[in-house]
Amino acid sequence: MLQIAAFYILAAVALISAIMVVSAKNPVHSVMFLITIFVTTSGLFVLAGAEYLAMLLIVVYVGAVAVLFLFVVMMLDIDFVELKQGFMRYAPFGALVALVLFAMFVLVASAVVEAKVDPHVLASPTPALDVANNTQAIGRILYTDYILFFQLAGMVLFVAMIGAIVLTLRHKPYVKRQNVGKQVARTRKTGVENTKPKIGEGVSL
Amino acid sequence: MNLASVTHDLAFMTPELVIAVGAMLLVLMGAFVSKSAYRAITYLSVVVLLVAGFLGVQHAPDNAQVLFNGSYVVDAFGGFAKLIIALTAACAILLSADYLAERNLEKPEYPVLALLAVLGMYVMVSAHDLLAVYMGVELQSLALYVLAAYARDDRKSSEAGLKYFVLGALSSGILLYGVSLIYGFTGTINFGKLMTIAKDTSNVGLIFGMVFVLSGIAFKMSVAPFHMWTPDVYEGAPTPSTAFFATAPKMAAAILLGRFLFEAFGEVVSQWRDVVSIMAVLSMFVGAIFALQQTNMKRLLAYSSILNMGYAMVAIAAGPVYGPSALLLFTAIYAITSVGMFGVLLSMRDAKGKEITKISGYSGLSKQRPLLSLALTIMFFSITGIPPLLGFFGKFQIFIAAVDGGVMPLALILVIASVISAFYYLRVLKVVWFDEPSVEIVGGLATTKVTVTGVTLMIALLTPFIGLIYTASMAAGHFFK
Repeated sequence: MLQIAAFYILAAVALISAIMVVSAKNPVHSVMFLITIFVTTSGLFVLAGAEYLAMLLIVVYVGAVAVLFLFVVMMLDIDFVELKQGFMRYAPFGALVALVLFAMFVLVASAVVEAKVDPHVLASPTPALDVANNTQAIGRILYTDYILFFQLAGMVLFVAMIGAIVLTLRHKPYVKRQNVGKQVARTRKTGVENTKPKIGEGVSL
Repeated sequence: MNLASVTHDLAFMTPELVIAVGAMLLVLMGAFVSKSAYRAITYLSVVVLLVAGFLGVQHAPDNAQVLFNGSYVVDAFGGFAKLIIALTAACAILLSADYLAERNLEKPEYPVLALLAVLGMYVMVSAHDLLAVYMGVELQSLALYVLAAYARDDRKSSEAGLKYFVLGALSSGILLYGVSLIYGFTGTINFGKLMTIAKDTSNVGLIFGMVFVLSGIAFKMSVAPFHMWTPDVYEGAPTPSTAFFATAPKMAAAILLGRFLFEAFGEVVSQWRDVVSIMAVLSMFVGAIFALQQTNMKRLLAYSSILNMGYAMVAIAAGPVYGPSALLLFTAIYAITSVGMFGVLLSMRDAKGKEITKISGYSGLSKQRPLLSLALTIMFFSITGIPPLLGFFGKFQIFIAAVDGGVMPLALILVIASVISAFYYLRVLKVVWFDEPSVEIVGGLATTKVTVTGVTLMIALLTPFIGLIYTASMAAGHFFK
């Protein structure tokens, strides 16, 4: 009973937030509603027994993607009122796209329900939940059967990191950086200078 | 799989481990030792590559070892390819040292990225399922994009990097789409399992996916009609990067395509022979004819590489029985000759140290730098396929394979394309030997000189030992039977 109630509440919140994402006037609010969608969807995933996916959704989409969106929205100087002006003009076209997408979803869903599943495709079924939960099952397969690819993915990310640094990092000579060692090694001799300025002349710096 | 089998499988991957660990150590060295460590890191990366290359051959077991649940294979075929890849990559890194130092680009990341690209190529060469194919291709290309844009303050280099990246990402997308089709229609991505499933040729989805994967890899090989990016990227990228692009990655992609078609679809040659043949003919003609009007040496060599990849496609079209050894022999000789040609290109500097890329700038080279001209002549004769030199044997082997494999028309087109291409290679040699000098040409610096001399000697001196290479490639290629 509680499960059903939770499902309907989460689903309703997700749908309402989805409408708010496109209809909110302030783009920052849109991003906030987007985050709400991510969180409620991850709740739905938990209900469906896919807790790993739920956590992944929060970590990746809320933690990285949504924050990135927020940055972009705040950093770029976009006149959103102007952007919204053509809304009514494009609305019919948007509705058409939505309709086509919806029809495709219905088609796929009904085909999946009707079709026999090819036994080949079920080559690696997930273990029963009482043997291992999702996270354990994914971890086991990732660190054993797919260990090679897991490590290779690490190397790919390594290349991406080096590449990004090589192509963008510039050591600008006029930027002053903190050097803790230098600060600590500073003595009274290097920091203080005693002068005897003449009256009315001051010191030159 | 348990820990014991993982360690057992890892023992066969020593060359890959050497490269990966070497690259990581060199990054640390670059970060913690001062900037002057650039030279040391360059030479150390060459050492790492040579060690990995020879370990690859020495480690290759007599029987193919399939590792990690059938996703990775270590065999003589891959071992041979890995040796040549490591050797040519080492030459390309050596060539980069002086060039980058002259332009204030001497950052330790260059050899490290090259090492990581080689790691990707090793994975490509040994891939035995489509996940390994994709990981290898991505690892290799990602490093190559950065090498293309390495001279980031140079607009042409940035343009080359961006172009390479966008088109490379597109081709990776095509490849992945093919992989998803294959997985969707068969439920497996393993080459061995695909072999048995592919026998049933009524599975149209599988064939569809195979053609997409083939196209994706052909993009990386720059085979026509997927060659558009090659001349622009080759011209814009820093010349040492171009030298690298034109050699080891080409060979890795060709070997990967060969392995994919021979191992996963070797029983249904008729399903892909037409596609491969059309690509072969197109790239032979694009490579031979479009090169005729080039005035820039780098673009000329780009078309030359398209042409040569067309020849490699002929070897693949010859099928799994006759193809593999011809493919190995030809791509190996092509890669070695190619790195030598780029070495000569890098030796062409005017009095201010600027590189000369126009072909007209080569006029009268023989009067100023007779030895360099001799080296260039040997390389061009070799790649044209003039008999006593190394290049001839590669082409001859493909010709034989095409005739035996039942693709006689391709063999004839290969001869015609060779004749057309001889014109533009010889035209450069005419400029070098018979025209009057126009600008003062200063030769290359130390490491460039060493590399060019080494490669030239290799081409000239290895010719008597061609039997040795030939037997090696035959032995390596025969395991498919």
